[in-house]
Amino acid sequence: MRDMTIGQFYSTDSVIHRLDPRVKIMITLLYVISLFFIRSIYIYGFAILILAVYIKLSNVPVRYILKGSKGLATFILIMVIIQLLTVKGTTNIVELGFFKISTTGVYSAIYLFLKLVLMIIGSSIMTYTTTPTALSDGLEKLMSWMNKFRIPVHEMMMITTIALRFIPVLVEELDRIIKVQTARGIDFKEGSFFRRIRKYIPIIIPLFVSALRRSNELALAMDARCYHGGEGRTKMKPLEYERRDYIAYILLVSYLLVIIILKRILHLGILQAV
Amino acid sequence: MSFIDIKNLVFEYFRRDEEGNVEEMVEALSDISMEIERGDFIAVIGENGSGKSTLAKQINALLTPSEGEVIVDGMDTGEEELRLSIRKTAGMVFQNPDNQIIGGIVEEDVAFGPENLGFSKEKIWNQVDSALNDTKMNEYRTFSPNKLSGGQKQRVAIAGVLAMEPQCIIFDEATAMLDPAGRKQMLNIAIKLNKEKNITIIWITHHMDEVVSADKVFVMKQGKIRLSGTPNEIFENEQILTECGLLLPQFYQYLRFLNGQGIINDSEMKAVLFDNEASNLSGNASAQIDQDGANDNKGYLIRCEDKLLKLLSEKYSADKRGQNVTAGVSSDNESDSIYNDRVGNNLHDNEDNDNPAEGILLNDVTYVYNKGFADEKTALKNVSLHIGKGEFIAVIGAAGSGKSTLLQHFNGLLKPDSGNIYYNGRDIFDKDYPIKELRQKVGVVFQNPEYQLFAETVEKDVSFGPLNMNIPKVEALKRSYKAIEAVGLPDTIYDASPLNMSGGQKRRVALAGVLAMEPEFLILDEPTAGLDPVTGRKILEMLKKLQEDYGITVVMVSHSMEEVADFADKILVINDGEVVSFDKTWKVFDDENLTYKLELNVPLGIRLLHALKGVGSEVDIKKHNQLDIYEELCGLIQS
Repeated sequence: MRDMTIGQFYSTDSVIHRLDPRVKIMITLLYVISLFFIRSIYIYGFAILILAVYIKLSNVPVRYILKGSKGLATFILIMVIIQLLTVKGTTNIVELGFFKISTTGVYSAIYLFLKLVLMIIGSSIMTYTTTPTALSDGLEKLMSWMNKFRIPVHEMMMITTIALRFIPVLVEELDRIIKVQTARGIDFKEGSFFRRIRKYIPIIIPLFVSALRRSNELALAMDARCYHGGEGRTKMKPLEYERRDYIAYILLVSYLLVIIILKRILHLGILQAV
Repeated sequence: MSFIDIKNLVFEYFRRDEEGNVEEMVEALSDISMEIERGDFIAVIGENGSGKSTLAKQINALLTPSEGEVIVDGMDTGEEELRLSIRKTAGMVFQNPDNQIIGGIVEEDVAFGPENLGFSKEKIWNQVDSALNDTKMNEYRTFSPNKLSGGQKQRVAIAGVLAMEPQCIIFDEATAMLDPAGRKQMLNIAIKLNKEKNITIIWITHHMDEVVSADKVFVMKQGKIRLSGTPNEIFENEQILTECGLLLPQFYQYLRFLNGQGIINDSEMKAVLFDNEASNLSGNASAQIDQDGANDNKGYLIRCEDKLLKLLSEKYSADKRGQNVTAGVSSDNESDSIYNDRVGNNLHDNEDNDNPAEGILLNDVTYVYNKGFADEKTALKNVSLHIGKGEFIAVIGAAGSGKSTLLQHFNGLLKPDSGNIYYNGRDIFDKDYPIKELRQKVGVVFQNPEYQLFAETVEKDVSFGPLNMNIPKVEALKRSYKAIEAVGLPDTIYDASPLNMSGGQKRRVALAGVLAMEPEFLILDEPTAGLDPVTGRKILEMLKKLQEDYGITVVMVSHSMEEVADFADKILVINDGEVVSFDKTWKVFDDENLTYKLELNVPLGIRLLHALKGVGSEVDIKKHNQLDIYEELCGLIQS
């Protein structure tokens, strides 16, 4: 359980760590969006290359990233298999009774696999290199225009920060409760499906009670430290763009331009699309 | 006008049932009046549920009076618009280190208060820097709070309050979840802030030895102030303190006992209690603080204890010399006699139930956390030990030494990376080993077990274990009722909801839940943590009774050496994942190299016996229970 490192800040120094969180949010957002427009293995190659450079610059060990994303491997696998089996094409490679795998299916499964992996890793770099506070500060500032529509941006971001802060605490707690109830003889492998579901009650209820108790105490602690919403609040680390942030924006725009140009070139048939 | 002025404060709230109807009105605080001067160090003590935390929340306007008033630095807490200024003036450190840290890294958390107050960027940085320096947390400023120990998190919490430039800090049982080292550090920081920055401190606790250096102590019971005065004035009223669920500091208990037995007279007692430097008795408290602050490691308590030890040994070496001039007991022979005692005892020890085919046997067990990653940590190193039947064993060691990890091996919750664990001669990780049966025979009670209660009634929660063991319902209920009785709860409690009970009761219910499985071994991780002293004692007495009446082996982790000395027959000492000693209680405390190296606080009573033995008195240093020591001391006068 505690191996879930995805979304947790990785403390080191790098140019990516020092980037303004707003830049990193935009990079992540546009990178993920760009993945949706890619339908060629060549352009995927380019996107992978860019991500590799990004990771290198971030100083976060690749092993650490892979370990952190391990939890999502099953999800990716299931999605890919579904894609493989359901997409219908003109030529079938394998026919096994009900299951038919077409060439189109293979390609779209590969694309989906790349898309998901790049998406997850791309966005996890943001959380590895940005503290939760900086991240929510960035989001708050990016979304501040929504205040005009009476959307409580500050409060939403405070909730996010707290949630991120408490995920590891609650994971640890969950780990403990499971151990305690195991010590009292609970056996999750025994019984029918519904009986097994019922066995999670002694785990879920204490976790809930604990989460409620924690949130009560945290609310008091925030009150005691004079928290009164976003109004009149100053920042220890106010967000100000620096030279490197502008450079990053320029590079981001260039990346998007390259993607668009490559797409056009392929479309014209100069390179054979696969 | 005083800095904090509380006048006839009453605080009531309504307890509602599930439909929101008022069930009853609870008077949490009734008619409280107190005045606190700027720069005072105030202690508020009382058992769980005595209203001391409710009072603390009144002082920084987290709660407001139902009647009466609370004035902080001239500001009335009842006035809504003053609340922020009041909370800035009187900051608060809470009990649970995890539930008061908001920031993702230490320095950002410390900045939370100043940001809320709208300080300028430069001022925030200055405040954060100086607050982290004052709490010695500067080197951790970019750490995630999740990577810190409990004591370190509490220091971050203090820094977070300090950064708001408070004039007063309220510590609401801030040490309750810490080990003795962390507790001492917190108290020292508070004393230092009080002395150097003239910050008023309100220290809420149920540990008596934390209040000895306060200027003034308030004792609370059921929402009322029962006693107030300087620590020494408070200690005079042992009767009332016991009624309030509190125990006198150990040295005071011995002092009173010795005085009562006529071993030391009144003037000698005064000499021990009061520093010579402070000739004026009433001005004594502030003198204590000055010295504590100036000399952290040698606080008032330790000085008193030293004086008492010196007094007794002088007295009895003098008596000896007067009586046995001819006997000529020279100091050379003493060591011999102690040595002989030990040899004799060793022979006797071997008769113990040391049959490795019975009980829990660990053979060369090593356990590593996060194996193969950067934060890899060896929690247990080549641990071999045997726990026989019917013993009462205390496991001691500093925080992070591997105690909890060790406990989780006893019933196979953790599997060692190397080495074997046997129960009654069988390897518990054998493929066909009935692990469920082991879980029944070896019951493990985790720290704060009350947090794991989940059922809607006590009966259901307690019978959860036996039912999991596939025991028929009737039999499971029978066992549950027996367990509930064994933990000292009335049978009227079966249908009550465990979630609405007091802390002590909840803990008993949780214990009953494990006892109902009728284990042969009961493993407990800090069973008294967070409970007030009298409740804690009752739990321990109950455990002792289980050992004596039912022959259950009790293994408990404890940080309190007094608890250990009073209840345990044997001590298992762990340091850095290794067993450094596993022996009879008296022998562990007798091993000076060990106690010195691990900074164990040998209980005063045992040190008294050693001191007396050292000057040639006829005392049995194998005694470690406080009552037995009393008896030894009585024997002293008679001989």
